[in-house]
Amino acid sequence: MDWSWIPQYAPKLLEGLWLTLQLTFLSIFFGMMLAIPIGLVQVTGPKWAARLALAFCTLIRGTPLLIQLWLLYFGLGSLFPSIPVIRETWLWPILREAFPFALLAFTISVAGYSGEVMRGAFQNVSKGELEAAQSFGMRPIKVLSRIWVPRAIQSVLPTLVGEFIMTLKATPLAATITVFEVYGVSNSIRQNTFLVYEPLLLVAGIYLVLVLILVAVFRYIENKMPQRALH
Amino acid sequence: MQEFIQDIARELALVPPGWGGNLLRGLLTTLQIAFGAYALALVIGIGGMLGKVYGGPVTRLVLEVYTTAIRAVPELIVLLLLYYAGTDFLNFILAKFGHDPVDINALLAGILVIGIVQGAFCTEVFRGAIRSIPVGQVEAAQSFGMPFWQRFRRIILPIMTPRALPGLSNLWLITTKDTALLAVIGFSELALTTKQAAGATKSYFLFYMVAAVLYLCVTLISNVVLKRIERHYRRGQKQLA
Amino acid sequence: MKIRNIIKTVAVAGGLLAATQAVAEVRWGVASEPYPPFASKGADGEWIGWEIEIGNALCAAMNEECSWVEVSWDGIIPALQSKKFDAIVASMSITEDRMKVISFSNKYYQTPAVVVAPKSSDIKASPEGVAGKVVGVQISTTHASYADKHFSGSVDSIKPYQSADERNQDLVSGRIDAMIGDSLAISKFLAGESGQCCEIKGEVTDLAVYGPGIGVGLRKEDTELRDKINTAIEKIRADGTYEAISENYFDFDIFGE
Repeated sequence: MDWSWIPQYAPKLLEGLWLTLQLTFLSIFFGMMLAIPIGLVQVTGPKWAARLALAFCTLIRGTPLLIQLWLLYFGLGSLFPSIPVIRETWLWPILREAFPFALLAFTISVAGYSGEVMRGAFQNVSKGELEAAQSFGMRPIKVLSRIWVPRAIQSVLPTLVGEFIMTLKATPLAATITVFEVYGVSNSIRQNTFLVYEPLLLVAGIYLVLVLILVAVFRYIENKMPQRALH
Repeated sequence: MQEFIQDIARELALVPPGWGGNLLRGLLTTLQIAFGAYALALVIGIGGMLGKVYGGPVTRLVLEVYTTAIRAVPELIVLLLLYYAGTDFLNFILAKFGHDPVDINALLAGILVIGIVQGAFCTEVFRGAIRSIPVGQVEAAQSFGMPFWQRFRRIILPIMTPRALPGLSNLWLITTKDTALLAVIGFSELALTTKQAAGATKSYFLFYMVAAVLYLCVTLISNVVLKRIERHYRRGQKQLA
Repeated sequence: MKIRNIIKTVAVAGGLLAATQAVAEVRWGVASEPYPPFASKGADGEWIGWEIEIGNALCAAMNEECSWVEVSWDGIIPALQSKKFDAIVASMSITEDRMKVISFSNKYYQTPAVVVAPKSSDIKASPEGVAGKVVGVQISTTHASYADKHFSGSVDSIKPYQSADERNQDLVSGRIDAMIGDSLAISKFLAGESGQCCEIKGEVTDLAVYGPGIGVGLRKEDTELRDKINTAIEKIRADGTYEAISENYFDFDIFGE
């Protein structure tokens, strides 16, 4: 196996890796911020919001991420020429880049899948705990932030971690819309060196290590949380 | 507005020069690959589960490497590696026997690569399900003198199936969506066909929306069917809240 | 039980037999990304274009049966080496880099490379002319190599696209300021409705990057096939088939000198 190309391409690979990590963590962060209300509103109501949230989750979970990416980047992009004034707005520098579109697609994806997970999590938090908090005189917001949300997240942490890992593994798809993350870099290495396996194997190894690190980190966080049963 | 709708109708028409027929053909390929890959995944899943639960240390190690590697590495990369390595491997074996290289038709190749990937996830689903079977039932069967395969067919499989169903339903939905990744390799399923149609007509937004709708239809119909199947297998059991 | 085993074996064997086909004919490899006017998929699912017709003509001249296999462009050389098909007929330039891994037939057409930008911009086809701009190219092409070699110092960034039409679309959308590509394919794009925004700003040349022209890509060991193809190319040039096909697409001889 020929690995002689690694020193030459190492800086590019690191740049790509940084982009991968940015894409993963930013989309998880923003996605969870959306997922919590999406899950919550399906349990509390109002009915119209709950139905909207359900439709959103069904839509996102029912279509492939690749199609969502292409729809956002190329689909919306093809509409730009018909709105010439868009180039004057402050949005234009953002719309020109591919990264914001990738970030949007991945954030929506995390929101859709995790929203569904959070719905189940909110439903499963013991009513007794919520009632106890209310009887202490806690306002609904306090009940939410002190009891409901933390307990919900705690109960589904393994499932959420699974979703986050799926997000990390989905980042190579961004290369199809010109985001040059680590898989995209390996593609350019393949085209320049004509090696078929080595670049792919290296990138596979990199992802393997990333996933193992992520799993270890989350296991550590899980151990730090109080272990008392929910019911 | 009238002209706009007419343009759309023309581009989506089922016969050329409309691309609708092409898209439906792509959808058919997608479904064929999905069904084939899912069937393969089920077979690999059951085999892998049996290997992990009943197998010796070597079998278990190999299966552990298989499932961990595939679940940790992005599917796109695994698909590419399997596609190239699989072809090279096949040609290598055939060359050793002095045969000319054969060409695996694209459908079968797609089924194989996606099936192998989903097989790893399926193994884990079955493994989780089998661990939830009450040991007493298995022991009772053993004390009746049932040989292993009879035990498996009559006791383990029927109890395991309803518990594995949620995971298996999820896996079906994931399989149908994973077929889109084959577009990056160049297989002519729905995603690639949509890309070609969009490129030819420049109506990117329209065609990607149509593709999304088609995939959504597959998901929604699958959901209805899967719910029916789950209800059938859960008959007689207490209903979950 | 025994009958079931027999049935299973027969089914598997039959399935495998049906799925594989021993190779009896010549298989041309084409890129699945559309590249009009050379090769693109029509609405009926069939491949059409100048290159498709030339490929079929070459087959007829060689007295062989031909079929077309489509693969993604950035995996087309590995696919050739994995014997998924026998020759690449996908507008691939003959370059020294590529000749390290595959061999080529003689050229069958030539196309200069051009830089394209919106009519209103003052971009020129030189490293200074694109300074600080965003330039788009298709991945794994000689244009990508050219951009890497000559423009990467001065441009803001180089954006790699999976297919030429996606690159064209982003130029129209304004996401990239300029693009490098084949002048022949680009002329068709500029003549079309969406290409009205833009024009050719100038040619770029670099013999080391672009090579002598477009050739059929082959595995290094297939010398017999290469000779056959070279003979066929000469034949269709001599007997007018090449000219007859080209007339429908281009109004000048794209063979070059």
